[in-house]
This record gives sequence, structure tokens and C-alpha cells, in this order.
Amino acid sequence: MSLSIRLTINGAPRDIALEDARVTLLDLLRERLALPGTKKGCDRGQCGACTVIVNGKRVNSCLTLAATLDGAQVTTIEGLATGDRLHPVQEAFIEQDGFQCGYCTPGQIMSAVGLIAEGRAGDDPERIREGMSGNICRCAAYHGITLAVQEATRRMAEAEKGDAA
Amino acid sequence: MSVASSLPHDAARLHVTGAARYIDDIPTPKGCLHLAFGMSPVARGRITAMDLDAVRAAPGVVAVLTAEDMPFENDVSPSNHDEPLLAEGEVFYVGQPVFAVVAASHLAARKAAKLGQVNYEELEAILTVDQAMAANSRFEEGPRVYSKGDAAAALAKAPQVIEGSFEIGGQEHFYLEGQAALALPQEGGDMVVMSSTQHPTEIQHKVAEALGVPMHGVRVETRRMGGGFGGKESQGNHLAVACAVAARATGKPCKMRYDRDDDMVITGKRHDFRVTYRAGIDAEGRVLAVDFVHYARCGWAQDLSLPVADRAMLHADNAYLLDNIRIESHRLKTHTQSATAYRGFGGPQGMIGIERVMDHAAHVLGMDPVELRRRNYYAEAADGGPSAPRSAAPTPPEDILDPRKHVEYASRGSVSEVSQPGVPAAPKGAQTTPYGMEVEDFILHGLTDRLLETSDYAARRAAVAEWNASHRLVKKGIAFSPVKFGISFTLTHLNQAGALVHVYQDGSVHLNHGGTEMGQGLFQKVAQVAAARFGIGLEMVKITATDTGKVPNTSATAASSGSDLNGMAVKAACDTIRDRIAAFLAEQHQSEPAEVRFEGGRVHVGSESYAFAEAVERAYVGRVSLSATGYYKTPKVAWDRIKGQGRPFFYFAYGAAVTEVAVDVLTGENRILRADVLHDAGASLNPALDIGQVEGGYVQGAGWLTTEELVWDGKGRLRTHAPSTYKIPACSDRPEVFNVALWDGANREETIYRSKAVGEPPFMLGISAFLALSDAVAACGPHYPALNAPATAEEVWRAIGRARDGV
Repeated sequence: MSLSIRLTINGAPRDIALEDARVTLLDLLRERLALPGTKKGCDRGQCGACTVIVNGKRVNSCLTLAATLDGAQVTTIEGLATGDRLHPVQEAFIEQDGFQCGYCTPGQIMSAVGLIAEGRAGDDPERIREGMSGNICRCAAYHGITLAVQEATRRMAEAEKGDAA
Repeated sequence: MSVASSLPHDAARLHVTGAARYIDDIPTPKGCLHLAFGMSPVARGRITAMDLDAVRAAPGVVAVLTAEDMPFENDVSPSNHDEPLLAEGEVFYVGQPVFAVVAASHLAARKAAKLGQVNYEELEAILTVDQAMAANSRFEEGPRVYSKGDAAAALAKAPQVIEGSFEIGGQEHFYLEGQAALALPQEGGDMVVMSSTQHPTEIQHKVAEALGVPMHGVRVETRRMGGGFGGKESQGNHLAVACAVAARATGKPCKMRYDRDDDMVITGKRHDFRVTYRAGIDAEGRVLAVDFVHYARCGWAQDLSLPVADRAMLHADNAYLLDNIRIESHRLKTHTQSATAYRGFGGPQGMIGIERVMDHAAHVLGMDPVELRRRNYYAEAADGGPSAPRSAAPTPPEDILDPRKHVEYASRGSVSEVSQPGVPAAPKGAQTTPYGMEVEDFILHGLTDRLLETSDYAARRAAVAEWNASHRLVKKGIAFSPVKFGISFTLTHLNQAGALVHVYQDGSVHLNHGGTEMGQGLFQKVAQVAAARFGIGLEMVKITATDTGKVPNTSATAASSGSDLNGMAVKAACDTIRDRIAAFLAEQHQSEPAEVRFEGGRVHVGSESYAFAEAVERAYVGRVSLSATGYYKTPKVAWDRIKGQGRPFFYFAYGAAVTEVAVDVLTGENRILRADVLHDAGASLNPALDIGQVEGGYVQGAGWLTTEELVWDGKGRLRTHAPSTYKIPACSDRPEVFNVALWDGANREETIYRSKAVGEPPFMLGISAFLALSDAVAACGPHYPALNAPATAEEVWRAIGRARDGV
């Protein structure tokens, strides 16, 4: 039985027919929608490489059934920059050397975007480390990752203040 | 100048935008098929019947391959031709590939693979060190023994003897990107393979063997890996060969990637070891003699186990001058995954043995463990810095032209196949390692002094003692450990590299070399070298995917050698082109080639100065070749691995760490509170990348020795085959305070810009975390805790019992 859903992916509405109701959001992105920036690390919600933002919240796309997302807004790593202008979290990851092999990086960045939006960690490194602990980096670039999240948090807070003023 | 600069990773922007492509991200041509393996559920058995009809009939299945369908070689071993891709009548571990399914999708292939009906006559499996020793199940004819002095006599005379035995667990690589390959059939039976591999040449060789074509019929390309850590030195062979055979059989592109569970169950891991020791010590803490026995669990096939076990022996001394030492190494064959390369390649297992001895001796003597270590150190190099280049001792050419078929010359596993060259002896009176190599570059005295000062070791040690005196339920521990790690492939002929450099008419540079990029920043470092040679900006240099069609006969990107070897090869290629341009311009300007300078994006000749692109254009019009290959081979190295004598290493890389931990006495749970690291990267090519390697190495090393536990059950099944049961350090596990610095010396040997290799050495800094846990546990009672690795919360808890009550 085919099932139709409508998703807004990186700002663009998409009508999608699902042949199989068990397709995960991750497989949908990678295999159907040609968005391979979101990575498959463990495929069971334990490494965080597949993190994307759904309706403003970070989720493991490998554990999310696409069929449950009708009407949802999905942001992936491909949709984070505005044209050539990188998102502050992306910039901070480059500046703070927050990766080595890069495979976990899209998930780390999306998780950081989600964490900052949650507003629970602020720029406290201890809370950032806890809040980012669902994203494994086997190269252990954790020092740079923590600094990058701190830096981006500050920069985004300043920009917000600037906008408000 | 572009070298010695903290420039970001070459693909940084691609990584943060999700545009960096790994194998599974490459758009596949229409009709691409996907593979999955059917695997053995038993550790050892004979296949009595195989019914794959249901597999063939499953939706989407195009073909099913068994050993009989392999058209030529059915082998993926990097060494001994003892590792069939698909089982041949017998199986030797749980997870061994038995058949391969080729289907329209990854999911269809995996589902169909579950439908195979294979019957096995189960045989008794050898799983443990004790079982293997009892059955004399081993590689090589007997144990390998290296020795110096007379350990038995010195032990008999020693004022005090300590002894012990401990287990050192293995380690899953858990590269975030699992193994993957994509084979694209070409005209005339040729094959192009994209592989996530540290060793494209070996993939090329194994695929060529499997297809029955010369190596020129196969081209392998590797742009990057999502982590390797040694796990992609030989373990990618299976996928590449299976895809190539399937692509040839079907005429379609074929792709394979392991799901995480399959990856962990099928592929080899770090060798787990048991190390036993007897050491003679005097009252001043001098280690007078040591007798080590290494028991390495190698798994079912030889793979790279012999050089891994050799390297463990070569690091049994670590930083200490030992006059009397004997090391006996058993390479045990068990019915488990074939253990393989992993960052450090046996070095960590060897090194932790002597660090354990030092720790045990300090405990018995009640001495400060740092002081005891320093008393046993090798003597400091006289100058500490780079010396005038000395001429290398002449070595006879190696006999690598043996016509025997199938020898894996480009693999570290071919160790037993190549005759050893003559070995020069160390000068008389020199301080030597247990294998007779003179230690000329020792810098740990000065490095230790500085680290103890910056980490405030003495005061913190006193504070830890004070804490422990007044706290019953949480004990703290602090420990120091040094690293001296030998740099070079121990299979001497692998210490060579090639590069290919083109300069185009517009002054842009296309750069290729034999090394592979797995996050260590090799491509960036090598590009920095090229930019520096031409005196141009990095944006003018394009680093391209490793390609066996551009640079042939490469060694694996392994043994920390990537920058050392490929940096020098690229330098040679760039200098060839530079010299041609210089000669041409000098002639035009009645100047001397030696006076032509390349700097700041310009070429200066006589009173004239050209933009680099303009100089290049002139050279092109003047019919000067702007393309060159470069080649490098490491000087000075020569040794005999059977005798354990000679100079296997060009130089040593050094480092040291101080780690402080806290342990919950009731549960064994623990945390790293602070780590201070000082590491020697020589004159660093890129300090930011090197510090990243040092931080990452420390965390991965500490993970190996603390939380990362591999558990096999009594049937040989790996029960820790996912991150839910196998605990890798997370962001919250890194030390709360983590101070990492680079030692500011230069390599005394002539390496690329006097830098030092940095991939593996810092991994062993994690040993300090293990020793700190031992120190905290020792505060719980009068006995030596005899901690095993990994020191999980459970093991720490058990060790607390041993410290209190004795064994």
C-alpha cells in the first residue's frame, strides 16, 4: 500500500509517496531525495551521525519513520547555509577545528544547532559536553567541538541582540 | 610560508556543509546492484549442506555467489593467502562470510542473506589464550624471542623480584564510516574500484587476483575515509573484491557497505594480549632485569599479526634502558575475527607491559613512580636538537624481486616473505634498545621536567594523597607516563613513497601522492609542502584523490608514516619542476639557477620578478616539462626481525602525559578529572592538525584502556557489536581539564621540514589514565591492585577488592 506525505525539506515543499511505511527519514533523505550529507553511522540511534532538525527539534533520523512526519519541517546539513553564507555553527566548526575525518560532522553541527535552540546549555562547557554526548566522534575532536558550540552560541546571542536593538 | 601554519583541514568547508563525499554518498550509475554477506553462525565447523534457493528466489536478488563462483583467487588475505573471501567448506569464526547476495537494493540483499539454509557440523572452537596455548594453536612455528643481556641470571641475582600477569583487551575501530566499496566495470574487462581504504594498492592487487587480470586492469580511487585507525588497512579487501567479482559477473556497477553490526562482527580488531612479567629491581628503583611473555590473540587468519606482535616486542622497553631483558611472543590462532592493524600496531600492548612493571615496582618500593621511571630512562641526546646530517650506512639492496606469485609485497603482512638485508650494528658503548638500536634522540628528561612543571605534578600528587587520607568513598589517583614510539614500517621495503605533480599553464598545481586521507590532515600537510616549495598560496594547489593510476605501488597510509613519506615524495616532485623552471629562467636572464627564488607567489631571477603564473607560462612556451614524479625512501633503516636486531626505526617520537582521576569506591565508577599532555611532533608542519591528533589519540587510548570492552561468549559470538554495548568515549567523557601542548624541538633526522610523525604516538599517552586508575585503587588497601584492561567500572571495583584483601 502506498502512503503519501508532504514534507518541507530545507524550505522546499516535497510530496513523497512511500511504498513501504517502514522507511526511515534517514533512508528517505539519502536514498530517495539525494541528500547524502546526513550520515549513517550505526543506524540504531546511538552515534548521532544522522541528526537532523524536525520541527525545530534535533532527532536521530535513523529512528524516525518518514510516515510519521506528514506536514513536518525538516532541516538537514544541506539546508543550513544561506547561499554562500555559512551558518554560525558551521563557521565555528571550521574556526575551532571541530572535526578530523568529518563523517560525524553534519550530525554534530545539526545537534549543536538543536542544542543552542533549546537554550539549556548556554556557553557552559560542562553542559555543552553533556548536551553533545549523543554524538560520537571517533577521532575525538571533542575539544574543538565544545569550543565551536561555545563560540557559535555567543555569536548567535550577539546577533540576536543586534537584531533586537 | 605555508608550512608550520595552523591551517584548517583541506576539506573543511565541504565537511561542514555535508558536501564531502564518502563512498556511500557517491551518486551511483543507473542499475547499480548492492551486496550483502550471509555469515557463519558458528565459530568452527564444517559446512555439510548449503541450500540457497530461497535466497535466489527472494525479491530483488540478481545473483548469489559462493566460493565455487569465484572465477580466480578466492582470497582477501594481506599476507598468507589463508583468508578466503567466501568460506570453502569450513568456517573459522562467527561472522565469517559464507555466501554473497547481489540484489537491487541494500535492503533486499540483506533480507535475502537471512534466508540461506546452511548446515554445519560444529567442531570445538579455540577461543581463549589458555585454550590456544593448550592446543599449541599458533602462527609461526613457535614463540619469537628477542633478548639483550642475560635476564635469567640478572633475575637470580636481583635484590627483589616482582611478578604479575595482566589482560589487555582488544579494541573495535568504530570508524564512523563503515567499510564500503563501489566497483564500476569498464570496457575490456577492466575494473575501477572506489574504496574506503588506507591501502589502495592492496585493494588493486587483491581485485586483480580475484579477476585474473594484471594489476594494470584495475584502478582504485580513494578520496577520503570517515576514519580508519588501522581498520581499513586490510579489512576493506572483502568488500572491494566481492563488488568487483559481482560487477564482472553481472556487468553492472556493484556497491557494498557493512551495516554497523555486520562491520563489528565481520572485521578484525586490535589484538588483545596477556602479558606476564618477572622483573628484578634494586632498592633505588633500577630495573635490573625483565622477563616478558606476550600472548597475542590473533584470530583465525594471519592478516598483519606477525608485524603487530613484532612491534609489541619492539616497544617492550618503552623509554627505559634495560641491560637484561627477554621478550617471548606467542602469536595465537583462535576461532575469532582475524585481529588486525589498529593505531599503534602492537606498540601500545608492548608499552603498557613495561609501564606496568614500573608502576608495580614503585608500589612495592613506596617510591614516587615518576622518579622511579626517570632513574630508568635512556640518557638524553647530547644536543637534543637537529644534528648535522650524517651519511647513512650503506645497505645492500633488498631482494624484493622474488618471482614467486601472490606475495603481498605492498602489505605489512608479507613480513615473513622477504629476506632481510644486512644489519649494521650500533657503535660500541652506545645505549641500545633490546633489539640493538642506538637511542640517539632521547628527549624525555627535558620533556618530563617541563610537563611536571606545567601540570603542577608534585603539588597535585600531595593534594591527591591528602584527599585520599580524608575521604573514604571517593579516591583519587594521579599518574605520569612517557611514550617513546619507533617511526618507520618495520617491513623495511615499505618505507618508500611516490608523488605526481603537474603545474598547469595558469600556475595552478595538481597534486597527487600515495597517501590516503582519513581525517589526519595528511592532504593539507602535503599541500602545504607543495605550496612552500613553489612559494605560492595554498589556494593554487589542488589535492586530488589517491589513485593507483597516478601513483603506483604505494604502501598503506599507516605506521604514522603518511606525512614523512609522502611529504618528501611531493617535495622531490615539486623541486624537479622548480629546478627546470629555474634553469630556464636563469638562462634567459644570464643568471644562475641557484639564484632563482620562489617566494610570495613570485619568481625572482636576477633583477626581474614574475608572478608564478607568468613564470610558468614562459616556461611552457619555452617547452619546459611542467609535470614530474617524486620518489622517497627512508634512509638508515635495516634490521632482522627473526633475530630482533638492527635499526627498524628512522627515529623515535616522544611524549608524556599526567592524568588525574576519581573513583567511586562502592561502584568502581570513575572519571578523568584532568589530563596534561606534552607531545613531540618535531617542527610541526601544522600545529592545529597535530594538536588534534594528540587530543584524539589520548582520548582513544584512554578509551581502549577504560570503557571499551569486547566480550565474546562461550560460543565465540561477539556480544558487544553496537555502540549500545561497546562504550566509546563521548564528548562528556573527555577530561574536564585537558591541556595539550607540543614540544618545541625539531627532528634531528632529516624528515620533511624536520617534523615528526604524529598519528600513533599520542595514542599511548592514554596509558596514564589507566595508571591513574590503578593509583586511585591502590589508595583503597595495602595490596597492589593488579588492574586489568579495560579498567571498566566492574574491573575497577574488583581491583578495589584485590587492593583491600589481596588476590
